[in-house]
Amino acid sequence: MTVKQPFETVVAEHGAVVRRVCCAVLGQVDADDAWSETFLSALKAYPELPAGANIEAWLVTIAHRKAIDVIRARGRRPVPTGELPESVGAPGTEQDDDLADALDRLPGKQKQAVAYHYLAGLPYADVAAILGGSPDAARRAAADGIATLRRIYPGVATGSSAAGRGAAVTVAARRGEPR
Amino acid sequence: MNANHDLIRDLAWSTDANPGKLAELRARLADGAQRDGILDVAYRVMDSPVGSLLVAATESGLVRVAYASENHDAVLQSLADRISPRILAAPARLDHVARELDEYFDGHRQRFDVPLDWRLSAGFRRTVLHHLPEIGYGHTASYAAVARLAGNPKAFRAVGSACATNPLPVIVPCHRVVRADGAMGGYLGGAEAKRILLTLEAA
Repeated sequence: MTVKQPFETVVAEHGAVVRRVCCAVLGQVDADDAWSETFLSALKAYPELPAGANIEAWLVTIAHRKAIDVIRARGRRPVPTGELPESVGAPGTEQDDDLADALDRLPGKQKQAVAYHYLAGLPYADVAAILGGSPDAARRAAADGIATLRRIYPGVATGSSAAGRGAAVTVAARRGEPR
Repeated sequence: MNANHDLIRDLAWSTDANPGKLAELRARLADGAQRDGILDVAYRVMDSPVGSLLVAATESGLVRVAYASENHDAVLQSLADRISPRILAAPARLDHVARELDEYFDGHRQRFDVPLDWRLSAGFRRTVLHHLPEIGYGHTASYAAVARLAGNPKAFRAVGSACATNPLPVIVPCHRVVRADGAMGGYLGGAEAKRILLTLEAA
């Protein structure tokens, strides 16, 4: 039995993850607009979504397209992306800002693969469907991204990353996705 | 892979939005959906002397009032199935009805003046419900009397089922329909809710 849930339930269940993905791909400043555009588009198309579709993969696919729109719009802006303001909104420490910066500097495909696989918990087949290319290529992009982050993010290398951040339990971990 | 686990946890943390931010985004979504005309059903849940009430409206009017005993999640799912899954908690569309309900429960309002969307009732049941507002505030009528009002004096059982499935309780006053012997009779919101409403109106 596949019924279509009220869209409010979709927002409640997936809103935080989609926001995280938007933030990872675009940074805090543009994440809000991308999130809003994503959910407005999703709400509009929701009645036509086949029952039983993977809602999270569908939402991340929409978010991916909206993020590309934002990145293209940035390219037309006179202000270079490097001068975007520091993260706002997240109660980040200096270390988290470092990590956000490191993420921001990753090549686009790697950043997206890390976000869609590790933050949204999508399997590589779904990530590949979003990014184009093969699941293996998606896996390599995510692995390369994580490897770079580990090199430039000292908190992990020294094992001193902050503990007790219950709210930030990863979706990938929640789903028991093999890593 | 512990190091990866920590890294990903921190990554999630650094990209996390605080709950206030998400609430703000959800409110913005509701506004945008309303503006774009894609909010098929808006709802809010409000406190009242008869427990928490879910009120839901389409673009044409109030479509559903539901008691907590009806299970609000189940009610929302049924609205998704019967009307549209484009449903959001969007309090603004319900401001007017919430205000009138508050006034009613405070004893300051005897009639409701909100547009109603009747699509969840049909046939003779709908005819019955249309006649219920003719039973004035503070009055009651028997099932048989309502059957006569609805033009079918023998149909008092159908009046009972119309009341039991009223999609707009409180606003469409099925609580004013009682048994001919003066006993209160059943109520979709429970006997206690019916007693509270009749006591409020008798004051």
